Amino acid sequence: MDMLQVSVWRGAEVGGYRTYEVPRQESQSVLDVVTYIQRYIDPTLSYRFACRVGMCGACAMTVNGVARWTCRTHVSKVVKGNAIQIAPLANLPVVKDLVTDMRGFFDKWARALGRFVSNATRKDDFAKVASDSPERIAANAGIECIGCGVCYASCDVVSWNPDYLGPAALNRAWTLVNDVRDGARRERLAAVAGDAGCHACHTHMSCSERCPKDITPTASIAGLKRAVATAALKGEL
Amino acid sequence: MKNDYRARNHPAWWAFLVHRLSGLALTLFLPFHFWALGQALQGEARLDTLLRWTQQPLVKFAEAGLVLLLAAHLAGGLRLLALEFLPWRGWQKSLLAWAAGAAIAAGLAFALVL
Amino acid sequence: MSSAGQGYAAVSDAAPGSAAKFETWLWIAQRASAAVLALCVLVHLATIIYAVHHGLTGAAILARTRGNVGALAFYALYVLAIAVHAPIGLRALCQEWLGWRNNALNWVIGALALALFIFGLRAGAAVFLA
Repeated sequence: MDMLQVSVWRGAEVGGYRTYEVPRQESQSVLDVVTYIQRYIDPTLSYRFACRVGMCGACAMTVNGVARWTCRTHVSKVVKGNAIQIAPLANLPVVKDLVTDMRGFFDKWARALGRFVSNATRKDDFAKVASDSPERIAANAGIECIGCGVCYASCDVVSWNPDYLGPAALNRAWTLVNDVRDGARRERLAAVAGDAGCHACHTHMSCSERCPKDITPTASIAGLKRAVATAALKGEL
Repeated sequence: MKNDYRARNHPAWWAFLVHRLSGLALTLFLPFHFWALGQALQGEARLDTLLRWTQQPLVKFAEAGLVLLLAAHLAGGLRLLALEFLPWRGWQKSLLAWAAGAAIAAGLAFALVL
Repeated sequence: MSSAGQGYAAVSDAAPGSAAKFETWLWIAQRASAAVLALCVLVHLATIIYAVHHGLTGAAILARTRGNVGALAFYALYVLAIAVHAPIGLRALCQEWLGWRNNALNWVIGALALALFIFGLRAGAAVFLA
């Protein structure tokens, strides 16, 4: 039986890699590997998962240096010889082992005004939104985000600028800027402007490269740059 | 935890790095360029002395490098303007290739003219 | 950063308002100057290649450039665009790679912009004024 040499981060911010030997299977995901270690070798290993079928995003980790959903990453796709390195997501505080503290990630989502603010009441008629309007197409391109944090973990501007809201929060803000039912456009554009916002994006495109749902936050952020600039030129910022 | 080179190993990231480093190099070169041209204020002979210095092979090589940096920064910048202002399409990677090609072409043109 | 309970690092509460407007205008200036520079650099590259072909002595160059008012106007625009574009780019680099984020950076960058503008115009005058 082939054995994988799996190097796993143990500890918190301070810690180190520990190596485990895991039997290699023909069809095996990285999450299978982590689960095997925790069940049969070392029960003290902490990690997150939920659906294990690529729907929830909870199992995101850094595999051989790249942020991925471990349940949807085949070992054969990433293994180097017979070695894999598994670490927690980058750019987030480490709680323990492979578990990160995602409060900062979601707080930035809130600071980008990534929540819907209605411009109507229950007394008003239904909003009529044409599904083929440019705004709706732009919004649809970004609404499948499940907040897994892979883009945030992949972004170097997040590493270099602690205040940067990050690709997920900005992508969400863009979907709402394009939502004709939303009534907080002005506040939202003010929230996403500035060097904690869209202007800090330098189009590295690591977010778009790594997003497991094939969302392109770079495009959303470019849209925010245009919307914010237009507002500034009109004196509406 | 911090990312390392493995997270950055994709074309758009290299494009960013080339753009930033070429911009930095050009910004550092500019004061010297302005000073050199300003030498003409002291007359043609002064400018001529400087220009003869630039005929040395090593300087010519450096100049070719500068032209390449300028072409690369321009091409990368045009790519960014397209990404930020034009409707988003799937051809960004090709755009990068065109930008790189144009930059190399300009650099070669200069090198050939030498 | 500490682990567990205190691991969540509070981010600064800087009000987005004024920084938002400032950064937005910097971004607009950067892209506008980039568009101007795109044209200027193309002309400049063509000029360099022409000049290399047609003589690079002091006499040859100055014979082509002295008294050329159109060229002087062009290069004045070029220098202005550079004086806007380069410092803004350098500012981003200093913030992200040197961690330099206070207001002193803005003053240094402003000084650099002024210096580039003045020395660029001086170079233009040297070469294009009769």
